[in-house]
Amino acid sequence: MNDNLLPIILLSLQVSALATLCGTILGIPLGTVIGLFTFPGRNLTMAFLYTLMGFPTVLIGVIVYLLLSRYGPLGNLELLFTPYAMVIAQTLLTTPVIAGLTMSAVYMKEKSLAETAQSLGATRMQTVAVIIKESKRGIWTGIATAFGRAISEVGAVMLVGGNIQGSTRVMTTAIILETRQGNMTNALVLGLVLLLVTFVSQVFLMIGMIATFQKNKTG
Amino acid sequence: MKKWGLILSLLLVIGLTACGKSGQQAQPSAQLSPAHQTPAQTPAQTPDQTPGSAKENTSVSAEDIVLATTTSTQDSGLLDVLIPALETSLDHKVKIKVVAVGTGQAIQLGQDGNADVLLVHARKSEDEFMNKGYGTYAWDVMYNQFLLVGPKDDPAKVKSAFSAADAFERIAKAKAVFLSRGDNSGTHKKELSIWEMTNVKKPSGDWYKSVGQAMGATLQMAGQLNAYTLVDEATYLTHKEGLEMVYSGDKAMFNPYGIMIVKSTKKPGTAKQVVDFIVGSEGQKIIGDFGKDKYGKSIFVPNAKQR
Repeated sequence: MNDNLLPIILLSLQVSALATLCGTILGIPLGTVIGLFTFPGRNLTMAFLYTLMGFPTVLIGVIVYLLLSRYGPLGNLELLFTPYAMVIAQTLLTTPVIAGLTMSAVYMKEKSLAETAQSLGATRMQTVAVIIKESKRGIWTGIATAFGRAISEVGAVMLVGGNIQGSTRVMTTAIILETRQGNMTNALVLGLVLLLVTFVSQVFLMIGMIATFQKNKTG
Repeated sequence: MKKWGLILSLLLVIGLTACGKSGQQAQPSAQLSPAHQTPAQTPAQTPDQTPGSAKENTSVSAEDIVLATTTSTQDSGLLDVLIPALETSLDHKVKIKVVAVGTGQAIQLGQDGNADVLLVHARKSEDEFMNKGYGTYAWDVMYNQFLLVGPKDDPAKVKSAFSAADAFERIAKAKAVFLSRGDNSGTHKKELSIWEMTNVKKPSGDWYKSVGQAMGATLQMAGQLNAYTLVDEATYLTHKEGLEMVYSGDKAMFNPYGIMIVKSTKKPGTAKQVVDFIVGSEGQKIIGDFGKDKYGKSIFVPNAKQR
């Protein structure tokens, strides 16, 4: 293997974690609004959101590439082939996943909780807060799924990151490179490391999830 | 809403260009195959054959030959012309499956017996492949050259360089962005051999980016980053990406292509027919004519010679 593995693993984690964070910040409010409030065209929006959850990542890559390319609308930011471009692409991937799973989680809880909360004298905002709190499990699932999809994604980060050694090379693009050079053993080893890294990060996410449940119970 | 409008229009543009391209490419092959295949194959063979051999004939009606090659031969469009002509000359009894990868993987495909014929451009690796006994019947096929391309304003003043090594040294001295394929491909190996000839030996630093991608993708990145890169003539002529040729002509940038049969192939006879066509007069003429109408000069220069 001609690369140092540690920076590649770290970059993978950084990019995907940041994209998951952005996806969480954007996705939870979005999912909550669609899940809790009725508005015209809501069913269509739901269907649209579910479609976005399965959006082909390579297509996300092409779109972000065109937006950021030198003569594209955001070309003057000079973000193409930087880790930021990878974060942008993966945020487009994580946001719908988190929004969609948040939406279905709060939608389920809404019916059972809204009336109770309101009968106990809760204001509208307090009701929403209670529902979000009670939907934690579903929201955490969304975050974990989004992170898993982001870190194992390859098409978009290859296109917008460019797989530059020491700069934008992540685990998945390194695997592609090793395979193309005929270094199957290296590719397999890297794949196993990726699997392990994903597993460990999901365990950490789970620990976070369990901690919030317990706080919820005692508090 | 505005954002979605933008994305949708982008999608439309992508869809349209993709359709346009595939339509152009599909046409000639669609015209070729039914016209030549049906009359040549079916009526001629069936009458005087016994049931047993007829059955054999339907199951192996066309023999598959896996041709492992480098991306430049495919991306330039040469194979779109050469392969149909080859299949026609073999009466469509042979189907050529092209696997276009980096030279490193192409040679690995040969060593593992996953390919029957190799068409690559990394002389040193080819010789190694032959010496280790993996290959047989090696020929020179054609050549062109590598070009050093870069941004129009030429920040490293490469245009006045007097050799390939000098050109590379100027880039290193100016710390101008240089993209390296970094994938052990024929182009990458050539690039490293030129760095070897300079005082730099092993380039490193922020200006030297090893991208680990195919030639087309690397050239596209260089266009976006206003960077220098080493590119084979074929890929450059077909995809300029807004870059200019800043240096060429050094002997060190000569780019010969070779073809050879993988020794472990299960179809040595057919593989030999394939090689014989490409190094024969018809194949060489197709190679020599290819690109003349579009670029004013041929992309590859035929020079068939058995090694």
